[in-house]
Amino acid sequence: MNKRWIAFLMAAALVAALVLGGGAAQAQDKLRIALISPSAQNDLAWSQSMADALKAVQAELGADKVELTISENLFRVPDAAAAMRDYAAQGYDIVIAHGTQYGASMFEVAAEFPEVTFAWGTASDYGEEEGLTNVFAYEARAEEGGYVNGVMAALLSKSGVLGVVGPVNAGDAKLYIDGFTAGAKATKPDIDVKVIFTESFGDTAKATESAKTLISQGADVLTGSAQQVPGAITEIQAAKGFWFGTQTDQAAGWEDTVVCVQVFDWTGVIKEIIALREAGTLGGKAFAISLESGLTMKFNEKLSIPDAVKQAAEETINAIIAGEIIPPGSPRELEPAATPDN
Amino acid sequence: MTPEQVLQIAAQGVAAATPYLLAALGETFGQRAGVFNLGVDGVMLMGAFGGFYVALQTGSPLLGVAVAMLIGALMGILMAVSSVTLKAPQGISGIGLYMFGLGLSTLLFETLVRSPVPLRTGFDRVPIPILSDLPILGNIAFNQNVMVYAAFLLVPMAWFVLNKTVFGLNIRAVGQNPQAADSLGINVDRVRYLALIIGGVLGGAAGASLSLAQTKIFQENMTNGIGFIAVALVYFGGWSPMGVMFGALLFSIVTTLQLWLQALGVQISPSLITMLPSVMTIVALIIAVRLYRTGTPAALGKPYRRDEA
Repeated sequence: MNKRWIAFLMAAALVAALVLGGGAAQAQDKLRIALISPSAQNDLAWSQSMADALKAVQAELGADKVELTISENLFRVPDAAAAMRDYAAQGYDIVIAHGTQYGASMFEVAAEFPEVTFAWGTASDYGEEEGLTNVFAYEARAEEGGYVNGVMAALLSKSGVLGVVGPVNAGDAKLYIDGFTAGAKATKPDIDVKVIFTESFGDTAKATESAKTLISQGADVLTGSAQQVPGAITEIQAAKGFWFGTQTDQAAGWEDTVVCVQVFDWTGVIKEIIALREAGTLGGKAFAISLESGLTMKFNEKLSIPDAVKQAAEETINAIIAGEIIPPGSPRELEPAATPDN
Repeated sequence: MTPEQVLQIAAQGVAAATPYLLAALGETFGQRAGVFNLGVDGVMLMGAFGGFYVALQTGSPLLGVAVAMLIGALMGILMAVSSVTLKAPQGISGIGLYMFGLGLSTLLFETLVRSPVPLRTGFDRVPIPILSDLPILGNIAFNQNVMVYAAFLLVPMAWFVLNKTVFGLNIRAVGQNPQAADSLGINVDRVRYLALIIGGVLGGAAGASLSLAQTKIFQENMTNGIGFIAVALVYFGGWSPMGVMFGALLFSIVTTLQLWLQALGVQISPSLITMLPSVMTIVALIIAVRLYRTGTPAALGKPYRRDEA
């Protein structure tokens, strides 16, 4: 009797091992990616830029090859850190912490799970000092598209006043706004660029009130970054002005208002991270998307943009790529300027 | 700053006060009846979404407001069931209501609308003939959207209801001394239900004023804490509709002023200017508390149980 029981148990164990082992093998075939984002994946801004890119990569490689999980609205760092640890413990291959604020917590979690690849941005620090080898960093040279938008905005403005609805004067937003201002001033030195910071990323009402204020003060072209801008775009739409955007395409719904959006396309970065991981490199590199690769100036096809404006934009894009124009905040500013031989 | 700019700031600030005012007037009814509803922000979010979605689908912002008020009433009933009938602690019930409203409005938005879209048929400004041409006051008081007019007309109405009607007397009685009110034959629970429903209706309208008039957009968590500020404004206003209106105006005009100062290029740190409305409100609150001592409804925050009387 006992022997039969033992035999039965052994058989059961064998079956279980086959089933579970097979399951594990199957799971390992799939690349598992988790995204942790501070706002909603449909925020028309920062979070959506990464969510869209991940979905595009998943569609390209196949849903049977890539599993994608998104945890959104984790603006609070402790919540995000808990999610990171959770995903790493669940055996996810790549955990993307899509926010500058996540850095310190992410480094701690990355040290605990050396087999998991972590990526974060906006950042250029991949944890070398901390001795981490499983962290990638990524950032966008937002000042480049900001500069291009500034050139176009200056050309389109009739009042000579441009308005910026900014979240905070730091990070990605600062790069974009400083670039925008520089591009506008380079095009029309006497143009007035008015900037309001709401000191928040998600204050829709305050962003709307900021747009109203800027319009009252004569602005006929607005721009802004962060997920709080849809109310501001609606406001400049009602005033029959123009809007320039950044991070994610914002033209849908505002086809008569949005001129051009600097779109953060992270697909190249994600693909490279996947390729590096498959080749055995789990981290240790910083990526930057720029107009050369990854940043796309998406013109609104439904709006008739004057040829001169479009041409000025194209020329500016080429000049930035060639290094002839260096927007403020660009790392190229630190390099010795390429002076022609004399 | 030119006189014309000062008037523009005032006009913009008056309009921006609307969601604060509506929400705080509603909260005043609840608190006068002894129920402290911390869930206003959640009620506003549900109203903002409901109103926006209905207006988006039907093209009628009026229908949107009606639905927002109905949703608000239901949220008020929900608060009443937990805090009046089931005697749950009011603070916890309110926070629960807030989280419910935040979560459900986000879920509904992501399911039904998916991505932020502008509303083409919101409430625009309706200048009142003749009056809107008045110097100074014309643009500030008589060239606004209907939600603004309605909110400010509600101030004397709320004062009248609270102070000059039997219903208002009942509200104040159950907020001050529910045992005494009960012994006089006033149905404490029913009065508190009605006060919370009024609060919900106005909270829903406050949300709708945000999504249908002020921004013409819905985004998740778009109230960004306005409902909590409204609760504070009730204290600030000393539980009187006029005081609440004064607080709402002060807060939103100073907020508008700081946006104008930034755009005018006044060289102060934006972080510092952003603190201005809150600092001003705290200072005014301290002054206000010293000025009037009629103060807190005595039974505020206490569930009423007849057997404990």
